[in-house]
Amino acid sequence: MTRVLELRGITKRFGAVTANEDVSLHLDQGEIVALLGENGAGKTTLMSILFGHYTADAGTVRVDGAELPPGRSRAAIQAGVGMVHQHFALAPNLSVLDNIVTGTEPLWRPVSRRSAARAKLAGLMDRFGLTVDPDALVADLSVGECQRVEILKALYNDARILILDEPTAVLTTQEAERLFATLREMTGQGLSLIFISHKLNEVMAAADRVVVLRGGRVVAERATEATSKDELAELMVGRRVERPRRPPATPGAVVLEARDLRLSGRGGASLNGVSFVLRSGETLGIIGVSGNGQTTLAGLVSGLHAPDSGALLVKGREITRHTVPDAIAAGIGRIPEDRHAEGTIGDLSLWENAVLERIWSPEFSRRGLVRRRAARAATAEIIKGYDVRGAGVDSRIRLLSGGNMQKLILGRALSADPDILVAAQPSRGLDEGAIAAVHARLLEARARGAGVLLISEDLDEVLALSDRVRAIVGGRLSPAIPSDDADARRLGLMMAGDWAEAGEDAHAV
Amino acid sequence: MSVIFDILAAVGLWEAVLRIATPLIFGTLGVLLCERVGVLNLGIEGIMTFGAMVGWLTVYSGGDLWTGMAAAALGGAAFGLLHAILTVPLGLSQHVTGLGITLFASSFAYYVFRLAVPVATSPPTVEPFRPLDVFGLADLPVVGPVLFGQTAPTYLALALVVVLAWVIYRTPLGLALRMAGENPHALDAQGVDPIRLRIWAIMAGSALMAMGGAFLTLAAFNSFFPTMVQGRGWICVALVVFASWRPGRALLGALLFAFFDAFQLRLQTVVDGVPYQLFLMAPYLLSILALIVMARRARVPQALMQPYRRGER
Repeated sequence: MTRVLELRGITKRFGAVTANEDVSLHLDQGEIVALLGENGAGKTTLMSILFGHYTADAGTVRVDGAELPPGRSRAAIQAGVGMVHQHFALAPNLSVLDNIVTGTEPLWRPVSRRSAARAKLAGLMDRFGLTVDPDALVADLSVGECQRVEILKALYNDARILILDEPTAVLTTQEAERLFATLREMTGQGLSLIFISHKLNEVMAAADRVVVLRGGRVVAERATEATSKDELAELMVGRRVERPRRPPATPGAVVLEARDLRLSGRGGASLNGVSFVLRSGETLGIIGVSGNGQTTLAGLVSGLHAPDSGALLVKGREITRHTVPDAIAAGIGRIPEDRHAEGTIGDLSLWENAVLERIWSPEFSRRGLVRRRAARAATAEIIKGYDVRGAGVDSRIRLLSGGNMQKLILGRALSADPDILVAAQPSRGLDEGAIAAVHARLLEARARGAGVLLISEDLDEVLALSDRVRAIVGGRLSPAIPSDDADARRLGLMMAGDWAEAGEDAHAV
Repeated sequence: MSVIFDILAAVGLWEAVLRIATPLIFGTLGVLLCERVGVLNLGIEGIMTFGAMVGWLTVYSGGDLWTGMAAAALGGAAFGLLHAILTVPLGLSQHVTGLGITLFASSFAYYVFRLAVPVATSPPTVEPFRPLDVFGLADLPVVGPVLFGQTAPTYLALALVVVLAWVIYRTPLGLALRMAGENPHALDAQGVDPIRLRIWAIMAGSALMAMGGAFLTLAAFNSFFPTMVQGRGWICVALVVFASWRPGRALLGALLFAFFDAFQLRLQTVVDGVPYQLFLMAPYLLSILALIVMARRARVPQALMQPYRRGER
């Protein structure tokens, strides 16, 4: 085995914060190494140093035995290191080919050599099975295709070492599986890969070796065969993290009922006759492959859309006006799917975000003026009660990490004691510690007597939290099955729309 | 109707169109270059005034006409550098900085002019660029004077349209320029420094703006007066939106505006009973209309007015 990459003794400080301390790791040819760690463990900083975006305070980076000059991306690219960023570095107004070719030719060449570039790109697509239309505008591509463009960009620069920063963060489960198959194929052709992740499942499935980073230090290194998910979770978090267990449900009266809801797609998938009941003190899990209507369903229950036909009843009373304030007034708490785009306003403060959806209530405003003191106090209470770390009442919410932002959103939704809680993808992109906290809160709301509608693509999460599970396929819901009877095979069949096969004993509840 | 027909049939009108369009072409290309790398340059109005003054003063003090154009370009680039330093590495508001530069450059131009030419009842003049006779074709009927009898800077402006279009769409440099205005993070990740690229592009764009100003003193009016730019800079900013940030369409927009302007000037003299201000307004009104129609389809550089800082999203 040839050693293609070696980082030795990397230390990087930002002011008083030490992001990396004496980190060493290596990569052999044809290997896939996972860099595992929670958000803030220093994974991205380490890779940015490798790629020359940051200069390390101490330590060296060697590619094929030769030391890289610090702080120069160009040098890293020339040495054969390619980086696929978590947030795609693409220009939506330019074509795929333009995006890939930028910066690869001498700037003062009088004509860009397009046909040669096109041929080289076609060769790469062919070799690695990554197909994208080179003339398509990036704006018209799906997320999965954008990622392919990012990978092709690195390969076009003749990368032999590929760094992928949380490559599955924005992908659906299927896209992620396809991605890892492609990556495996690449190592077969001599490439070596490091991918950054905090997801234990994919690390176990895709990596040969795992390097665990915590608090900026390497705390462990394991061959994947010689470790387990539980061990890695403990190494990553530094203590045993157990996701909370679900006590038996004590369902009460029906709090939410949907009768044959139909809504033709408007920016999302349609609903084609959705009916269900949700009782107080229980959690109904809705699983499904993204794009099957779950976003529309969550939006409808949250008051964002009105149905074309059908009825939505809250505690037996039909909702006639489908607006967000009416939904909130009816006692529906909401955890939106995309916390950055819909859940918060990045440049407003924590307290503004915390009270905005109830700003007209007498608690937070009087005669058209905001009661700042009351709003700040209420926010401080959420911060304390929900363990929101990293910023104060008056800080911009943008500064919070994903997990802390989600805790604040949970606190905002639950502090109003809703009878119904709609939680859409509540733990997407969070690390283990934060997931455990979110799960505990959802179970708490259920224990208090709220009915929880949990919409998620994460099977483990749905099984852990729900009492009953339905699958959503093509805008229709499967019959419900008790989650204690569910297993991955059965849920897989349900998500594929094979309801009869999945549950001979399925009964509409 | 016959009045309108008479105006349209006169060669003088069409001759004037290219002449009026020339400073607009320079200015529009300058704005376009700045905005393609993601920086709004509202300094244009002042930079044009300054260019007009520097060009004129150079020739007035004995330099030849092309030295005057070059001096104007250098002066424009200097103000471009100032704008670039404030908006690119320092990331200040591009609106405020641009307007500040317009105020400063206009006043500074007048100040220098007054120092150099203390008192004058009528503004002193210079010997301007003369119409050329390209390929000896200027005597052809109609097309001769219109296409082959313009002054040299007009042909330079037309050539620059082609050059800029070539650079932007056909060269690696142009792709990097576009990427700097679309996603500077991506450019940086590919190993090209967006900060340096932006600074150079703003300097070059500002030099073009100043040459547009110099055309006014060295080919159109032969003398300098402080209010001579008269909003041409702002028109250029609007024309770039009209052009959807493409050099070819920028030329089209400049010609269209110049046509309206030339047309209304002639209309003023033949139509009675209508306040002349209405005619003066016409090209601007028509520009706004054209802008509304075209801007809906415009594809704005995605990083326009967004300062780039490494490591920040």
